Amino acid sequence: MTTAEEHKSNGIGKDLVVYICLLALAGVQFVIAYQNIDASQMFTRMLLVAIVEAALAMLFFMHLWSEKRAFLWFVVIFTVAVLLGLQYGWTDSTRMITGAPYSKFQ
Amino acid sequence: MSQADLTMEGHSAGLTVGPAFSIPTKKLAMWLFIIADTMTFAACLVAYGFLRNGTANWPRPFHSITNVALMTFILLTSSLTMLIGLRSARAGDKAAAFRWTMITAALGIVFALLHIREWLELIDQGMTLFKNPWGTGLFGASFFSITGLHLTHVTCGVIALLVVGVRYKGGRYKADDIEVLGLYWHFVDLVWMFVVPLVYLLNLTH
Repeated sequence: MTTAEEHKSNGIGKDLVVYICLLALAGVQFVIAYQNIDASQMFTRMLLVAIVEAALAMLFFMHLWSEKRAFLWFVVIFTVAVLLGLQYGWTDSTRMITGAPYSKFQ
Repeated sequence: MSQADLTMEGHSAGLTVGPAFSIPTKKLAMWLFIIADTMTFAACLVAYGFLRNGTANWPRPFHSITNVALMTFILLTSSLTMLIGLRSARAGDKAAAFRWTMITAALGIVFALLHIREWLELIDQGMTLFKNPWGTGLFGASFFSITGLHLTHVTCGVIALLVVGVRYKGGRYKADDIEVLGLYWHFVDLVWMFVVPLVYLLNLTH
């Protein structure tokens, strides 16, 4: 396996650094939760931090960085394409709360 | 050699040229599962966001971050212990690999227990799938379905860790199997990084 040799040569130092970074980023999310900002700003900031966390976890904990670049792009392109595709409904969800007479379903 | 033999040989060669992206089959299968599962969680979280954004009286029932912070810490730490287990397995240290895999499973069990305790507290306060004392009944349905889906993944992961750990110790599984399971475990951790802000932190009472 390509990654096996890399596992042995890298040692645990890099894993620890990534682990501490993830803990720190998780902490940042908790700090953002207590900031005096509106919900949309809070959502955006938290999501950005979560994306950075996910990227770190995938690249280093799941060793995607050590795989062939073609595979990395395969995973990233397919995943991001579908995730972006899922975002088409946001404007409609905003309409539900602001656009009478169909708003505020309970 | 006939033309038919040549054609057959060509087909066989095409089929046995090696795994896609030079990745072992089990590992590729796990990655494909993870990509598919990402879509499942993403669909749930986007549906949740859609409802939250479009509902006026969305509840904010969480008063403290202590429990969710502890759960996050435990899950992140379990990812590290999983990595240490894999490293030990790669180095051929079976005892250490088994020990760290079991520690990872134990952390998963603690996470699941904390999660169940939190569920029970919310149920005690009157929250069900269809109603709660704070606002729209949609909250209970979305909260229990998203965290329940995640908890199911953690439970399956814990069972898999126990099975693979024991079989690795017994010589039936190899370090590669621990690596494949590790991918799943890190994925469960990764999903939690999105569940926490969306489901917990955005619904915090200030």
